[in-house]
Amino acid sequence: MNSNEKQELKILATKARIYALEGIFNAKSGHPGGSLSAADIYTYLYYKEMNVDPKNPDMPDRDRFVLSKGHCCPSLYAVLAMKGFFSLEELPRLRKVGAMLQGHPDMKGTPGIDMSSGSLGQGISAACGMALAGKIDNKNYRVFTLLGDGECEEGQVWEALMFAAHNKLDNLTVIIDCNGLQIDGTVAEVGGIEPLDKKLEAFGFEVFKMDGHDFDQIEAAVNAAKTVTGKPAAIIAKTVKGKGVSYMENKVNWHGAAPKEDQYEIGRNELLEQLKALGGAL
Amino acid sequence: MAETVVKATRESFGEALCELAKTNKDIVVLDADLAEATKTIIFKKAYPDRFFDCGIAEGNMIGVAAGLASCGKIPFAASFAMFATGRAFEQIRNSVAYPKLNVKIAGSHAGISTGEDGATHQCLEDIAIMRAIPNMTVINPSDHYEMLGAVKAAVELDGPVYLRLGRLAVESVNNNDDYKFELGKGVTLRDGSDVTIVATGLLVREAVIAADNMKAQGINARVINIHTIKPIDEEIILKAAKETGKLITFEEHNIIGGLGDAVLSVVSEKCPVPVKKCGINDRFGYSGPAKELLEIFGCTASGIEKEVKAFIGK
Repeated sequence: MNSNEKQELKILATKARIYALEGIFNAKSGHPGGSLSAADIYTYLYYKEMNVDPKNPDMPDRDRFVLSKGHCCPSLYAVLAMKGFFSLEELPRLRKVGAMLQGHPDMKGTPGIDMSSGSLGQGISAACGMALAGKIDNKNYRVFTLLGDGECEEGQVWEALMFAAHNKLDNLTVIIDCNGLQIDGTVAEVGGIEPLDKKLEAFGFEVFKMDGHDFDQIEAAVNAAKTVTGKPAAIIAKTVKGKGVSYMENKVNWHGAAPKEDQYEIGRNELLEQLKALGGAL
Repeated sequence: MAETVVKATRESFGEALCELAKTNKDIVVLDADLAEATKTIIFKKAYPDRFFDCGIAEGNMIGVAAGLASCGKIPFAASFAMFATGRAFEQIRNSVAYPKLNVKIAGSHAGISTGEDGATHQCLEDIAIMRAIPNMTVINPSDHYEMLGAVKAAVELDGPVYLRLGRLAVESVNNNDDYKFELGKGVTLRDGSDVTIVATGLLVREAVIAADNMKAQGINARVINIHTIKPIDEEIILKAAKETGKLITFEEHNIIGGLGDAVLSVVSEKCPVPVKKCGINDRFGYSGPAKELLEIFGCTASGIEKEVKAFIGK
């Protein structure tokens, strides 16, 4: 990717963070930490990687994305809106009565959402089903799913990983957003999922690693995952929970709390500064 | 009359899948290491490329089915009723029913007639659990012919369906030539004006035998077969309530949350009449041969006759 493209992705991801923070602030609820950690990954997938058509969101041969860590949807909604799946005007109404954008993804109500999710561990199984359907029908689409590192404590995740490897789903890329934090503390303290890379390998995956905020690394890992044949690929993304808002970064208490007005102003201004420095504007 | 068939509804289920799969290429079947028991083995042998054993991982199986359905497939996911609806309850609720995906869940070995495996495998709550989920259709066929119709109807319906399959062979009760399975429609098998017996699944045939016995004794019991427990046929139930004044329900299921409560909900709002709920009385089962257990728990023609007579004071 050239530097202009990279600059453009950084601008889009920063805008996604601003919209996500605004939606969560307006709703007085939501999950800023993981929304901010995953924003660069969503941006890369939807702007550089996936074959999708916002005018035809149900296109049968499209690539698919399942947000298994469904609570991190605010920034995904922002990316989908910027991409043109629905109006940007929906974003500030996140989680409101009658809003299109539900607290967790609703495939029936939101164009561009390929699977309803939110109950942790379930999205990856649906992604496996989509990949299996592609295999049955000899289709060339690819399925991406994003999990949280805390989510990997769910037994169903490991059922799904076994299933994916057993069925040689090499059209599936499992990305794990390792921001290191969950509600009750660090993932290391609460669940102890490590060594994640060795576990994934033992479960039959080809494993790649990337800095989930570095677009060159994201591109390299996503492309490398596509070259794997005969087995599924996993990408461990090292990320910063709360990325872009100084007081939220790596802080466990920003998993599922909305900022107060003064906090919101500080966070929004920080992100706007970053956007300005990148040469972007809302 | 069509031929009388003595067959377990799980067997009829496997046969129906194979028949429908001949013309419907979207049908795929998933199982969780119980294909021999749920009889999806019949489909596996005929269509190995469209059968996927998910291993002993029911939660993942339901999620995989949801993903397949989102891509246009019509997945049937089968396991024992206990694990399909119990272990995977939340996957069914959130990954299948909430997005109204076209997944068919088949729960075999439902009820006390699972027999020797005992309480852990005798699911007595599946109807209650599945009924409580929005968007879910619940069907409990009573015999071979009804199962063939039910599987076809499940394929034709675009949305989640729970099908209850029995382990035990049952003699067909729906072998009249004009039998036609209509989703959501109850079937009056015997007319009568003294009382109405509402039965489902394995107990439908037993109810017919009981009614015929009682007729010889001067008791005219109406018998209604409710194969679709949700959405339930309100019309046939209200008509029976008005015309016979008393309803008694029989199911091989806990009396909490199943057919009895579904019937009760209809009449209590629209035509309050006495309703007696019979089935497994809020307890767990235990090991034993299926027929002995059915006898002990009153799930036989004689058990039904006894309950009906006590209910109407004869």
